[in-house]
Amino acid sequence: MTAPSGGAELATTVAGLRLDNPIVTASGCFASGREMERFVDVGSIGAVVVKSVTKAPRKGLPTPRMVETPSGMLNAIGLQNPGVDAWLEDDLPWLVARGATTVVSIAGDTVEDFVHVARRLRGMAGVDAIEVNLSCPNVEHRGLVFALDPQASAELIRAVARVADVPVLAKLSADASDVVAVAREVVSAGADGLTLINTILGMAIDPVTGRAELANTYGGLSGPAIRPVAVRVVHQVHAALPEVPIVGCGGVRSVEDVVQFLRAGASAVAVGTGGFVDPYATETLRDGLGAWLTEHGHRSVQDIIGQVTSAKDG
Amino acid sequence: MTGDAAQDGAAPMPLRVDAEVVARRRAGPYTTLVLAAPGIAERSSPGQFLEVAVDVPAALLRRPLSIARAEAGDGGLGTVELVVGPDGVGSAWLAEVRTGARLDVVGPLGRPFPIPQRTASCLLVGGGYGAAPLHYLTEVLAPLGHRVDLIVGASTEETLLHSLEAKRLAHSLQLTTDDGSAGLRGRVTDAMEEVVARAGTDVIYACGPNAMLAAVSVLGGRLGVPVRVALEERMACGLGICFTCVIPVRDRHDEVQMRRSCIDGPVMDGSRVEWRRMGLDAAIDAVEAMTLPDRGGPAEVDA
Repeated sequence: MTAPSGGAELATTVAGLRLDNPIVTASGCFASGREMERFVDVGSIGAVVVKSVTKAPRKGLPTPRMVETPSGMLNAIGLQNPGVDAWLEDDLPWLVARGATTVVSIAGDTVEDFVHVARRLRGMAGVDAIEVNLSCPNVEHRGLVFALDPQASAELIRAVARVADVPVLAKLSADASDVVAVAREVVSAGADGLTLINTILGMAIDPVTGRAELANTYGGLSGPAIRPVAVRVVHQVHAALPEVPIVGCGGVRSVEDVVQFLRAGASAVAVGTGGFVDPYATETLRDGLGAWLTEHGHRSVQDIIGQVTSAKDG
Repeated sequence: MTGDAAQDGAAPMPLRVDAEVVARRRAGPYTTLVLAAPGIAERSSPGQFLEVAVDVPAALLRRPLSIARAEAGDGGLGTVELVVGPDGVGSAWLAEVRTGARLDVVGPLGRPFPIPQRTASCLLVGGGYGAAPLHYLTEVLAPLGHRVDLIVGASTEETLLHSLEAKRLAHSLQLTTDDGSAGLRGRVTDAMEEVVARAGTDVIYACGPNAMLAAVSVLGGRLGVPVRVALEERMACGLGICFTCVIPVRDRHDEVQMRRSCIDGPVMDGSRVEWRRMGLDAAIDAVEAMTLPDRGGPAEVDA
């Protein structure tokens, strides 16, 4: 099945879902794959985590939606998407035709919105897992960000898990005051795995005009700027909940970054903003990881997952 | 009527190329880089752009730069030209790149200007640094037998971006500057009506700042001439996946959709863009207030 690139075994499992390799796309950074077929074989990516799908179509926020910041960028897109009905009609068949392993990110304003989308995904061939985007920072008011509150997160995950017939991943935010507490709650509410982390809420101001750089004022920070935060969250949550599968996400650019997330405890690693810069990133990181593992004497990616020691143990 | 090839034509497959800088020229605030980009020149069309990686500490994203010229060559020896403007850390770095250096480029990206299928009179309007693709478009249109008239504007003489080569191929070139330091004092729209009447313009192509594109589109509408615009909006990826660079566009059902300028554009039908939703009211109001001469019937074409 897997032709191990560079010799080492790359297959991994996340929440019961077997992936040929641990490199997946981060939601919102790969659309639903169609645009990227010009660059990579979409079917051979570990998994395609699609851009969040909502109950009704959304036009998203006004522009400017993006500003570059040191080693990263802020975005405020506002979940622009065609809605679940159009997505099922246009995008899912395309992904199925390419043999893609597909994780559908779902979003909404209310528990009912999420449940509606999860219900529409029931029984759909080609939907391999659901990722619940309960941490998108670009919503109308902060009260709608479920992931900031352990109880609200648990309620949402419980409702989605009840109707879902595939594994459910909860995508959490490092903006929560205690992300480990949120992780505990969503796992006991039925999440089969966690995606850590979403973007971090940020802001940039034009110093001369005094104008906020984003039309939405605030936006989500992504890119290498957030990588140490993401690695820390993966490590903390993995230490607290070692049995819970984690997809690590945040600022991955290089094979060494992928290795950091795996060592911190992730079973798969998502490429987000890095794919904007390098459209071939999913393939180069997959092949590079195989070569890196071999070069460092590891026969399988499983050998390094969760393998981290403190500096003083040197 | 003019053809609309780009609406149905599939965009060519983009490539990632390690492109050598084979020459660089400086003119005023602009630096032109000539890149040996095997494969890219051969598949590029005017209106398309490249995403260029910059080696600036802490600058993550590629820079989208419109293709200012492309020359196909045998054995992948084709070259493309990019014009680097004066603003931003990425541009500052690119402006200092030495001949012989290599740039990591991805492209060509985006939908090009549709080329008329029957002989047409084409008016090309460019503003400031954004006028870069007009030379390339002139070099494609003129040999096909299309008439090309150019209007190039800028704030001052120093920031005018035009080329002698394009002028040689064109039927006419009108310069405009805000301060009157070169050509007509005023905006490109102040020169349009006269050229359209004189040239019997069938189609207008425009590139430059969005306020200029809005004004040219609205004036084109008043003059009854279709306008194709190459839009500028902040881009993170240029690939169609980040949904950063969206433009409000009315679709066939008259519903406003947020279209990505990187993959649904950058070239769009100016009459379909919802310019007022982009906050460009001042530019539109100015053009709507213009008094147009009544020329009484179809415009005459001069010899």
